[in-house]
Amino acid sequence: MGKDVGTWTWFHKLASPPHFYRIAGRMIPWFAVPAAILIVASTYGGLVMAPADYQQKDAFRIIYVHVPAAWLSLMCYMTMASAAAVGLIWRIKLAHALAAASAPIGASFTLVTLVAGSLWGKPMWGTWWTWDARLTSELILLFLYLGYMALRSAFDDLTRADRASAVLALVGVVNVPIIHFSVVWWNSLHQGSTVLRKGGPAMPAEMLWPLLVGALGYTFLYAALACIRVRGEVLIRERNASWLKELEAA
Amino acid sequence: MTPRRKRLYTVLGILGGVGLATLVAVKAFDNNLSYFYDPSQVATGKAPGDKSFRIGGMVTQGSLKRTPGSLEVSFTLTDFANTVPVSYTGLLPDLFREGQGIIAHGRLQGGVFVADEVLAKHDEKYTPPEVAKSMKKMQPPAGDKT
Repeated sequence: MGKDVGTWTWFHKLASPPHFYRIAGRMIPWFAVPAAILIVASTYGGLVMAPADYQQKDAFRIIYVHVPAAWLSLMCYMTMASAAAVGLIWRIKLAHALAAASAPIGASFTLVTLVAGSLWGKPMWGTWWTWDARLTSELILLFLYLGYMALRSAFDDLTRADRASAVLALVGVVNVPIIHFSVVWWNSLHQGSTVLRKGGPAMPAEMLWPLLVGALGYTFLYAALACIRVRGEVLIRERNASWLKELEAA
Repeated sequence: MTPRRKRLYTVLGILGGVGLATLVAVKAFDNNLSYFYDPSQVATGKAPGDKSFRIGGMVTQGSLKRTPGSLEVSFTLTDFANTVPVSYTGLLPDLFREGQGIIAHGRLQGGVFVADEVLAKHDEKYTPPEVAKSMKKMQPPAGDKT
C-alpha cells in the first residue's frame, strides 16, 4: 500500500482545488496556441489546397467544419458523462465541475454541426432539414446538453445539481452510439462515415489530412475552453475558501 | 459493500438499464426508423400502399424523360433487383442525374410512384474530378448503391 500512496500523490494533488485552479490556468495557452495553429492549417488545407469533389464540387468543403464539430460534439458528451460518473462514484467535486464546464462547449459544437450540416444539405440533398435517424439523433444530443444545463440551473444547492445532472448525463450516453450507428442500422438520407469505415477512409490523402488536422485542432480548442470554464466552476464552488481570499489579496 | 462500490454499481445499473431499454425500443421500432423503403420492399408490398412514404434507389440509366416546356419528369428507381416508375413535377436537386442515388417522397398511384419531393443522396466517398474521370475510363460505371 505504501508504494501506491507515492504513485497517486499527483492525482490527489490534482484533486485539490487551489492546485487544480493553478494548473488549469497554466494549461490554457498550451491548448489554445496549438488549437489556433491547427485550425488555421486545416482551414487553409481544406479550402485552398484540397481538390474539389468530382460531384459536389466546392460544396463538399463544408466537411472541414461539419465533421470535426460533429466528432467533438460526441467526444464532449463522453467527457461530460465520464466526468459525471467519476463525480457520482468517487464524490469528486472537480469531476462534477469538469462535467458542468463541458456542457455549453459540447452544446456549441452540436449547434455548429447542425447549422453547417443544414447549409450543406440544402445545395446537395435539396433540403435544409429532414427527420432521418442521423439528423434527429444529433438534434436530441443538443436537447440533452440543453436539458443538462437547465437541470443544473434549477437547483440552488450545487451538490444536488451535480448529482441530478450527472444521472441525466449518464442516461443520455445511450444516444452516442445511436448517433454513430444511425447511418448503419437504418436507411438514411445522411451518408455513412467517410473516415471510420471498413476498408479505410473513402477520400484521398490530400482531402483527408486537413480533416484530421481540423479534428485535432477542435480537440485542443475544447481543452482550452474546458480549462477556462472549469476554473470558473472552481471559483463558484470555492467562493468561501480561504485560498481564494489569499489569492485575491496577493 | 462500501458506499463507493454501491454507487459504482448504481451507475453501471443506470447505463445497463437504459441501454437495454433502448435496445428493446429500437428493436420494436425496427424499420419504422428507416428513412425510406427500397424498390424491392415496394415490389413485395412491404411499403404502405395507401399512405405517403419515401422511396430510395438509383435513377436507372437511360430512364429519365423530361416533358418539354414543363418541370415534369419521369424516371425509374432501381435497387438492381426491382424497379419502380416515378413521376415528379418540380425542381430537382443539382446532384440529380441518371445513376445517382435519390430519395423521393410521395405515394403509389396505380403502380407509379407520384413524388412531391425529390432529394439527392450521395455516398460517403469523396474523389477529385481527375481521379473520378480516370476511374471511369478504367471500368464501366458500377452502380453506387445507396
